[in-house]
Amino acid sequence: MSARLAVHDLTKHYGGVQALRGVTLQVDAGEVLGVVGDNGAGKSTLLKILSGAVFPSAGEILLDGQPARFANPAAAHAAGVAAVYQDLALAGQRDVVANFFLGREKLAGNWLARRVGWLDGKAMAAHTESELARLRTRIPDVRASSRDLSGGQRQALAIARAAAWTSKVLLLDEPTSALGVEQQHQVLDLIRRVSTEGMAVILISHQMPDVLKVCDRAVVLRLGQVVATLSGAELTSENLVGYITGAMGEGEQ
Amino acid sequence: MAGVKAGAEIAAVPRHRALWLRSQAAVRDLWIGGVLLVLIVAFSIDSPYFLTRANWLNTSSTATEVLLLAVGETFVICSAGIDLSVGAVLGVSGTAGAWVMAHGFPNAAGAAIGPIAVGFLAALAVGTAFGLLNGFLVAWAGIPPFVVTLGTLGIATGFGYLLNNGQEISAIPPSVVTFGNANLGGWVPVPVLITAVITIWCGLLLAKTRFGAYTLSIGDSREAVVRAGINDRRYLLEIYTLSGLLAGVASILVMARLGAGSPTSGADDNLNAIAAVVIGGASLFGGRGTVIGSVIGTGIIAVLLTGLVLVNVPPFWQEVAVGAVLIAAVYIDQFRNRKATRR
Repeated sequence: MSARLAVHDLTKHYGGVQALRGVTLQVDAGEVLGVVGDNGAGKSTLLKILSGAVFPSAGEILLDGQPARFANPAAAHAAGVAAVYQDLALAGQRDVVANFFLGREKLAGNWLARRVGWLDGKAMAAHTESELARLRTRIPDVRASSRDLSGGQRQALAIARAAAWTSKVLLLDEPTSALGVEQQHQVLDLIRRVSTEGMAVILISHQMPDVLKVCDRAVVLRLGQVVATLSGAELTSENLVGYITGAMGEGEQ
Repeated sequence: MAGVKAGAEIAAVPRHRALWLRSQAAVRDLWIGGVLLVLIVAFSIDSPYFLTRANWLNTSSTATEVLLLAVGETFVICSAGIDLSVGAVLGVSGTAGAWVMAHGFPNAAGAAIGPIAVGFLAALAVGTAFGLLNGFLVAWAGIPPFVVTLGTLGIATGFGYLLNNGQEISAIPPSVVTFGNANLGGWVPVPVLITAVITIWCGLLLAKTRFGAYTLSIGDSREAVVRAGINDRRYLLEIYTLSGLLAGVASILVMARLGAGSPTSGADDNLNAIAAVVIGGASLFGGRGTVIGSVIGTGIIAVLLTGLVLVNVPPFWQEVAVGAVLIAAVYIDQFRNRKATRR
C-alpha cells in the first residue's frame, strides 16, 4: 500500500539560497509525523510546498501514490491537503459558525434561496456545534466572536475547521506555540483524535514535548535535508535535540 | 510563559443574557436607537411643529436620499473600504439621466413612460459604471479605497459639470416630478416606499446571505477570506458596484423631487451618508456593521438637521452638530469596544 502522502527528493532554491536539498519523507493515513529542525532548516518551505503556496524547484509529491502538483492552496485543498498556519486565518469579529464555514457556506434548500445565496444559519450552527463537540473542543458558544475565544479555543477551531473540510492530509505549523499548558494538552488531544479518524497529520513544531507526546514518527531537518527519522524507542528528546543541533548524525551522512 | 493563560478558558463561558442580546450588534442598535428616540422626544417637546405631517414629509424625503447612499456605504465600510464618491456619483447620475431625457426626447409630453424609463436607466447605468470603476480599481489595481474614491469623486463631479456647463438640467417630462412628489394616503411618499423596500432587501442581504457574510469577512480579515479560497476581488467589485447603483437610484429620487438633474445635488449627502453609517455602529476598520444601524444613524442626522431648524437654532449650527455627534459616536463605540475586548 502506498503512503497517503510521500515526497521524493524535494528541492527548493530561492535564487542562490538552497532552502530544501532533496527531502524525502512520507506519512500514512492515521499517522502523525513530526517535522522538527532549527530555524532555517527548511520546515516552513516544506510546509508551503505541501500546501500549494510555493512551487518546488524539483522533486515529486505523491498523494495516495498518484503524482500531485498543487498550483495554489485552493488546488491543494481540493486534492484533500490543508494547512493551519500560526496566524490561524480566522476573522476575529465573525462568530465561530461564520469562521467554521468560511468559503463553504450552507445555503437554504429552495431554488430562490440558492439564487440569492440565502444562508441556512440554523443548519450551519447545528453542524458547527456537532463537529466541535465530536472533536471534543471546548468551545461553549458558537455565536461568540472568534476573538473572544481563548488562544487554545481559537487553535482548536482552526484545526477542527481544516479537519472538517479536508479529507487526507492536515498540515499544522506550530499549533501549540503561545498556548498555556492546559490548552496545549487540549490541542494535542485534538490532533490525536483527528489522526485516529484516519487523517494523515504533519506537525511542524519547535516544542520537543509536543512531538514526543503526539507523533508516531519524527523527521529532523537540518540545512534543507532530512538528517534523521526517529520512531519508537529512538524518538527521545535527546536524539531530537542532538540531530537538530548537529551534535549527532554528522558523521553518518 | 507556559501556564500563564491556563485559566483563560473560564473567561469564555456562555453569558447569561437573552439570546438576541448576546450579539453585540443588537446591543449597539438598541443603544443608538435609544439616542434617536431621545432626540425625537426632545425636539417634540421643544417645537410644536416637529411631530407634524409637513415635517415628516419634508424630513423623510431628504433622509431617503442620504439613506440610499448610506446603505451602499454600509457594505463598503463593512468590507474595510470607504466610498467618498457616492455624493458626486449621485450628482452625475441624475444630471446624466436628465440630459438623456432633455436631449433624447425634447418634446416628451404627458406620462411619457418611454423617455422617462430611458432617462432613469441612464441614471442607473452611470451610477453602476462608477461603482464598477471603483470596484475594479480597488480589487484589481490594488489602490487604497480612499484614494480611488477620492479620485472618482473628482471625476464624477467634473463630468457632472461638463454635461451642461455646470448648470442643472430641468427640461424633463413633468410626470417625473409628479412621481417624485406623490405619496400614499398623504403620509407615505413614494420615494420613501421605494427606499424602504431597497433598504429592507439590503439589510437581509448583509445579515442573511453569503454575499453579506463575505462582505463582513473580507473587512475583518481579507487574508482569512483568500486562504478560504474565496474570490475576494469578485466580491469587492460587487460591493462597490452596489454602492454606485444605489447612488444611481438616489439620483433618480432627487431628480424627481427637485424636477431637475443637478451636478451638485449630492454634495452634502456624501459626508452625511458616511457619518450615518459610522454613527450606526459600523467599524471603519471593517468586519462590523448593520443596515439597521445605518437606518438609525441616518435618522439621527435627519432629525438633528430638521429639529435644530425648528427650535430656531441658526442653520449653520447643523453641520457643527452632525460633526460633533459623529466624533462622539465613534469615541463611545471605541470605549465600549476596548472594554469588551479587554481580558
